[in-house]
Amino acid sequence: MLYAVFCYNQEDVTNAWTKEQDEKVMHDLLAVQSKYAEAGRLGPVARLMPTTSATTLRHSHSETIVIDGPFAETKEQLLGFYVIDCASVDEALDFARDLSSANPAAGSYEIRPLAIYKPSELAS
Amino acid sequence: MTDTAWIDLALVSARPQAVGALLRYFRNLDTAEEAFQEACIRALKTWPKSGPPRDPAAWLIFVGRNSGIDKVRRQSRETALPPEEILSDLEDQEGALADQLDGSHYRDDILRLLFVCSNPALPATQQIALALRIVSGLSVKQIARAFLVSEAAMEQRITRAKSRVAAAGLAFETPDAADRADRLAAVATMIYLVFNEGYSAMNGPESVSADLCQEAIRLGRLLLQLFPAEPEIMGLTALMMIQHSRARARFDADSAVILLEDQDRGLWDRPLIDEALALIDKAMRYRQPGAYQIQAAIAALHARAERADETDWAQIDLLYQALERLQPSPVITLNRAVAVSKRKGPEAALAMIEPLADKLSGYFYFHGLSGHLLKQLGKVREARVAFDHAIALATNAAECAYIRMQLDKLDEAPGIELSERKI
Repeated sequence: MLYAVFCYNQEDVTNAWTKEQDEKVMHDLLAVQSKYAEAGRLGPVARLMPTTSATTLRHSHSETIVIDGPFAETKEQLLGFYVIDCASVDEALDFARDLSSANPAAGSYEIRPLAIYKPSELAS
Repeated sequence: MTDTAWIDLALVSARPQAVGALLRYFRNLDTAEEAFQEACIRALKTWPKSGPPRDPAAWLIFVGRNSGIDKVRRQSRETALPPEEILSDLEDQEGALADQLDGSHYRDDILRLLFVCSNPALPATQQIALALRIVSGLSVKQIARAFLVSEAAMEQRITRAKSRVAAAGLAFETPDAADRADRLAAVATMIYLVFNEGYSAMNGPESVSADLCQEAIRLGRLLLQLFPAEPEIMGLTALMMIQHSRARARFDADSAVILLEDQDRGLWDRPLIDEALALIDKAMRYRQPGAYQIQAAIAALHARAERADETDWAQIDLLYQALERLQPSPVITLNRAVAVSKRKGPEAALAMIEPLADKLSGYFYFHGLSGHLLKQLGKVREARVAFDHAIALATNAAECAYIRMQLDKLDEAPGIELSERKI
């Protein structure tokens, strides 16, 4: 079974980290990751940019609206995610619009640039 | 990370929200600060034992408010003043916690706190000092060190700023949209002042002034969290990020300034640049150009060029023209002259900046750029005069060292100057 693991932390605190503190945390996390990477058990890894870089496309029955900032509702649940390569947030929004029109359910698509992306090291 | 390091970070990051809410309760900056201080002392005692609270800011507000009320009551007993005036709007203690978490309060609390420090009646240096003390919670000693003044002088500066703020009166009513926009603009200016103080005082990547730049970026991010749909705040934050991304490349081993075109671009902080580019991209969607956005866009063009000679000077020239239209200033024209010198040569640029001589005669960069352009034209004697003017106006050692280096180069064989003219 493949599992996705989502990381939640207080951003105000991580934003207050100095560069050195941040690098230390990333270094320690890498040590954890490499064990799983070497065993061929680590899929793609991503670090998201802060929520201030986020844009959200909200889709209800007939209309879609674009909101600056992260997805903030608690009544919807995270059901999946994509990683796509786009030249601009507008292109990413087009992709999200296509998804929303293909999906009959109302929902939201938070678009957040990636700060770090490492492709999968899963054994085939 | 150790427990105490975690607690320090939690206190720092909760500070603007907590002090902002306490200011709303007590309507007095000193009382709010003392109440927060008291809450921090209790946090340092309690948190290591009981574990950190889920919402550190709410905890600090609650505890700070209670200790502040105690203090106000004690004082009122001592001085026999009727407490009602002060306490009238503090009655509902039980429902307070929910109230503190109210999003709109939270937003206006922080904005008010930032705005208190951005009062246009305060000179820039006092705005910066007050913000670092009140919002960022830096000690007077730390701030004094960043400003290169004595602790006593800084203490005095902050006290003076506080009494001016008190005299001006604080606005506690919930701001309407227009007020909010005005406050936001004043706060943006203040944050950029903090950044520039750090940026211009830096003489190496390890210098204490770099902390001011980081702090300003943190405040920019904070403001963006509160006002996620403001393109100018996106622009301001992106601008500071790109400028700060060069911190490690800006100085040589002798702490002399290295100009943008001579910097080792491999030393630029790429993750910070990427975040800035994402913000600029978001801001562009609004099609509401503003001064910070344009400056950020100029900085982004430099950041995008992998080598100095790949810089899109034509686009930079256009952006500076847009900036000149938006806020005409000789300093902006001076900056545009750099782009013009790259596109059309030093002669055209020199012709552009000569009319600025009256207005900018006391400005370091004016003489620095004149010297450069004259040097490129092979006018060694005039270049020397310009550099001499510049060195007399330099405000820090890094600027001095840079100009001295230029003067030394002028002393070398004039043949070098001639060969440079071809470029």
